[in-house]
Amino acid sequence: MGGFAEYDLSEDGDGGNVLALSGPYLVSTVGAIDQDLRALDGPIARIDLADVTEIDTVGAWIACSLAREHEAEISGASERAERLMGALKGTGSEEQIAAPRLPVWERVPTVMGEKIYAARRGIYGVVGFLGALLLSMGSLIRHPRRFRWLALVRQLELVGVSALPIIGLMSFLIGVVIAQQGAVQLAQFGAETLTVNLVGRITLRELGVLMTAIMVAGRSGSAFAAQIGTMRLTEEVDAMQTIGISPMEALVIPRVMAAVLMMPLLGFYAAGVAIVGGAVVGQFMLGIPFWTFLTRIQDVVPIYDLWVGLLKAPVFGLIVALAGCYHGMQVKGNSEEVGRRTTMAVVTGIFAVIVIDAFFAVFFTKIGWG
Amino acid sequence: MAQDEAGRELGRHERYRGDYPIVVEGLTNAFGDQVVHQDLDLKVRRGEILGVVGGSGTGKSVLMRSIIGLQHPTAGDISVFGRSTIDSDPEVDIGVRNRWGVLFQGGALFSTLTVGENVEVPLKQFYPDIEPELRHEIARYKVVLSGLPEEAVGKYPSELSGGMKKRAGLARALALDPELLFLDEPTAGLDPIGAAAFDQLTLELKETLGLTVFLITHDLDTLHEICDRVAVIADKKVIAVDTVPNLLDLDHEWIQQYFNGPRGRAALTAQALDELRRHMDEPVAAHAVKALDKPPAGKA
Repeated sequence: MGGFAEYDLSEDGDGGNVLALSGPYLVSTVGAIDQDLRALDGPIARIDLADVTEIDTVGAWIACSLAREHEAEISGASERAERLMGALKGTGSEEQIAAPRLPVWERVPTVMGEKIYAARRGIYGVVGFLGALLLSMGSLIRHPRRFRWLALVRQLELVGVSALPIIGLMSFLIGVVIAQQGAVQLAQFGAETLTVNLVGRITLRELGVLMTAIMVAGRSGSAFAAQIGTMRLTEEVDAMQTIGISPMEALVIPRVMAAVLMMPLLGFYAAGVAIVGGAVVGQFMLGIPFWTFLTRIQDVVPIYDLWVGLLKAPVFGLIVALAGCYHGMQVKGNSEEVGRRTTMAVVTGIFAVIVIDAFFAVFFTKIGWG
Repeated sequence: MAQDEAGRELGRHERYRGDYPIVVEGLTNAFGDQVVHQDLDLKVRRGEILGVVGGSGTGKSVLMRSIIGLQHPTAGDISVFGRSTIDSDPEVDIGVRNRWGVLFQGGALFSTLTVGENVEVPLKQFYPDIEPELRHEIARYKVVLSGLPEEAVGKYPSELSGGMKKRAGLARALALDPELLFLDEPTAGLDPIGAAAFDQLTLELKETLGLTVFLITHDLDTLHEICDRVAVIADKKVIAVDTVPNLLDLDHEWIQQYFNGPRGRAALTAQALDELRRHMDEPVAAHAVKALDKPPAGKA
């Protein structure tokens, strides 16, 4: 068997038109003729189902709605068809399936307005979150026994130790590129030896910490948002609260502290590895011996460059961790939200780090650490 | 294409007329060292509601996942509509997969789509030639058919209660007018009224749409009320498939504990009371019911 759903419109003896449906009327077959049937002109007095071989609810639905539209009666229905049509009585509705959607000229301003309000709420939210964090820090200082050492150590490992290989590799390559590209440009002035100054100062002062912050935002900031967000979806955060554990203390503080503590170490490590990368280029391409390169660093890089880098690092760590935890805590509703919030955590984290870095650059130059 | 019992090719637009839409033979499922099923056999009759029971962790859900092809069994063969679903090509599978609907435990609705759009997903996937107008109509009546209010069609799953989510999941399972319906603990987490209503809905849909239902449940009332037969999974096998009264006569420790435990007895008594009301003269029945409803002396 098989075949197609077909129909035939003919004159009845009594003067009315008869619509005879034949073949299988199933969800798999009606797609082809549904539009034709809708376009039929009345009047139709009777719909004959005697030649319908197979029928399901979709076929029955079509027969019913045709009958309703043309006020026709149905004849020749099999027992199954009768049963299905009986079940479908009163199931029609006019409800919109898609969530209501405004026309473009209303939607664009609406969305823009919502974004502006959301931005305002976001700023309030972040400030509030920072305040809540400081409050729990304060209460932790008064009750140090509640502090979660294990969670902190675990986060120190995740944020710091396990990031060492990738940050090392990245920094080494950055050192190589800066030294190599810098040497090409400086050679035009016959000043290849200044490559040491370039690599040493730029990595210790700026790039070591900045690139590390970006990497930590990508690795850990996103992980914070996704973990905490998923815990919110599965109501783990609510469960904690009912048991009397503050999510701030259990989830946020260990993560923020881990990022704040680890960022200076990672930043210094990154700068060190980048200098080694530069020294390797010096050895093989510029004719500066490896150890000479490293000892020259001591002479040409002022010590405040190191302080600039190390002072910025914990601030960057705080920003990245705050962005991750804040967006994680904001998750509600569905799984899509986790993804959206994770993206926002990384983007806002990196953006804020770069903005603050610009302020730092001006600040440190003004105080004479240029 | 699927085949019927006689090995004849089942037409694309033809309903399955064989006796056993699901045949499981020698099924073995193992996760590492942990063997869940060992040589499990099961046949589901066309047009019945088969309840599947078993203790937690006996692999009821794994059995269902094996049948619908989400879990690749370690050994054994599974035929659905007379066609092996093991090692089959997903492309050719279409003749089988559009003949079943699955309701997962939590409803498993797509959270970014409205209920109506959820119902439309299988329709769009399998029958892209259906015009949007008809597709919307189908989605609407399926939602109402599943016992949801009309306005639920435009709501997102997160706006629905647990019971409504299950009904919405059922509407999606019914989207393609399947012949076979898999229900994984449909009444779990529903209040007794909602659970009884869902049972009735399952029964009505089975009668009107001519469904075969594979129903995993822990709900003793569901077993008594709507299941034609019950398959008991224990010791890594299906140890018995029979009607509830016949199972009660079996001498197996787990079955006795299950049906004759305090909850099993309560369900049995409720069933017996119903029967009494149905078959006895009104005054006599009222008297008997009163007597039976009283808790045994000294135990209250």
